[in-house]
Amino acid sequence: MQAAAGNRPLVRVAHVSKHFGAGETRVDALRDVSLEVQPGQVVALLGPSGSGKTTLLNVIGCITEPSSGRLELDGEAVYDGRWLRGDLRKLRLEKIGFIFQFHNLLPFLSSTDNVAVVLSLAGLGTAAARRRAVELLDYLEVGHRRDAMPAKLSGGEAQRVAIARALANRPRIILADEPTAALDSERARIVMDLLRKLATEQQAAILAVTHDEKIFDRFDHIFHLRDGRLDNQEP
Amino acid sequence: MNLAYRDVRHNLGRFLLTCFGLSLLLGVVLSMIGIYRGLVEDALTLVRTPAVDVWVVESGTRGPFAEASRIPGDTREAIARLTGVTEAGSVTYQSVETLLMGTKLRLYVVGYEPGRPGGPDRITAGRPIGRSHYEMVADRRSGLALGDRLPLGRNTFTVVGLTDGQVSSGGDPVVYLTLLDSQKLQFELAPPAARRELARGGGQGGTDTINAVVARLSPNASPENAANATRRWKHLSAMTQDGQETILTRSVVERARKQIGLFTTLLLIVSAVIIALILYTMTMDKIREIATLKLIGAADRTIIGLILQQALAMGAIGFGFGALLITTVKDYFPRRVVLQPEDGLALGAAVLVLCVLSSALGVRLALRVDPANALGG
Repeated sequence: MQAAAGNRPLVRVAHVSKHFGAGETRVDALRDVSLEVQPGQVVALLGPSGSGKTTLLNVIGCITEPSSGRLELDGEAVYDGRWLRGDLRKLRLEKIGFIFQFHNLLPFLSSTDNVAVVLSLAGLGTAAARRRAVELLDYLEVGHRRDAMPAKLSGGEAQRVAIARALANRPRIILADEPTAALDSERARIVMDLLRKLATEQQAAILAVTHDEKIFDRFDHIFHLRDGRLDNQEP
Repeated sequence: MNLAYRDVRHNLGRFLLTCFGLSLLLGVVLSMIGIYRGLVEDALTLVRTPAVDVWVVESGTRGPFAEASRIPGDTREAIARLTGVTEAGSVTYQSVETLLMGTKLRLYVVGYEPGRPGGPDRITAGRPIGRSHYEMVADRRSGLALGDRLPLGRNTFTVVGLTDGQVSSGGDPVVYLTLLDSQKLQFELAPPAARRELARGGGQGGTDTINAVVARLSPNASPENAANATRRWKHLSAMTQDGQETILTRSVVERARKQIGLFTTLLLIVSAVIIALILYTMTMDKIREIATLKLIGAADRTIIGLILQQALAMGAIGFGFGALLITTVKDYFPRRVVLQPEDGLALGAAVLVLCVLSSALGVRLALRVDPANALGG
């Protein structure tokens, strides 16, 4: 396991709190959470259901604004009053890659187009986007399924296409929500090895929410969340 | 990359089926407009066929189509002598019902003087009436053929000529008789009624009554002046060709026009609601995909474009199918359906506007989708 300690953290969460509702219906989803993820690190976010994992992922993914605290992505402070909805969208497009539990591939696009769509959204021409998409699919060893529709892909293939999509714009931060939950042990290990490879080769920060004990040993750090608080940080 | 096209291609069967359903609805809307146009066209056909400038009818009436009108048979001679009048003809109009091979047949009988205004403008088969009695020219819509013999009143008539597209405002096919025959048909009493009249000392009564006189004017003569000159006879009234057409379109078919107009409006509203519901459902089916698109950084305009393009495609395909369908089957309608290009274009534009407005519901739903929906199981 390796961590690029000493570098500027790609993800820095400082004293972030998030509550929903008010008065008697107020729910404190996150309470004074602080964590950092360095370039090249693969970290896990662990906790029981309702502990605030998804809320923290949403905050780091620029989907949910924290009630208080500070968030920095790649050295840039987010939610400091300057950010409009469109800016956050652009930030997500350029700096963050998302990997989902059920791959969330668009069912009406082929594997190649599912990857190329992200590049198109970023303004790349269709031909160039498709070329880069094919390169990524080849890199993730799923190039032979480039023309297949998502419904025709196996779980492992679909997840690798989803990872290719997450990497399309060369993001520095990758957020993964239960990336191996729908996969068997063998494929889960392959996906985790892949994420490790990406973190190392592209100096990306990978933060994964998981319950999958089979892959705990694949993380540099595991953050435990309980009732919205970060318990401890263990290697 | 066109996401709308890719999504449609992925669910092509369902999309086309939806378009087909919409096309049936829009086809009905188009046919209603066509029926209305046909109604006006039918009403005007009869009044335009004589190609005259002035209509002379009974005083105080707006005959002979909107109201009953009876004037003496010798009125034509008086009208023919007016300054500017080049030709005048006496005419009668009446609806009759008879039997043709055991089937009820409704006809609109026009009596005219052969060689004078008031007769058919174009014979498409056979010849014009050549004898004083018992010959008729019939419209093809009546189902009559050349040589057919048809009983009308107490006489039987032979079809010697055929016309096309000559129907009354009520849709009944027109048949032309000589004025003498039509006067007998309209005004001659049945024998029992005649005997009763004789018994009460009323005499048999004459049949030299007509419904109107139609007059053509020289190119330099003013129809208004001719009408004003006619009105000096206190028992007569007159109106110009334009006035007669206005009466027909604004009075005779007015209720039908409003009825069809209202029904068409209701159908358009129903179409709008259905389009809105279809688009809403299509958007609901894509909530997760929309959330994913938003999460990976798609702009609102990309999402709006996806919905709007599908809405417009659905409207265009639905309208195209509908127009094709109605164009194909319009001749099988019992009444004339007139499809005018400008009506089609106007409806097409209205459908596209409706699609844009109807997609607002789906767009609103899509814009409210939280990208966080893409996360989690």
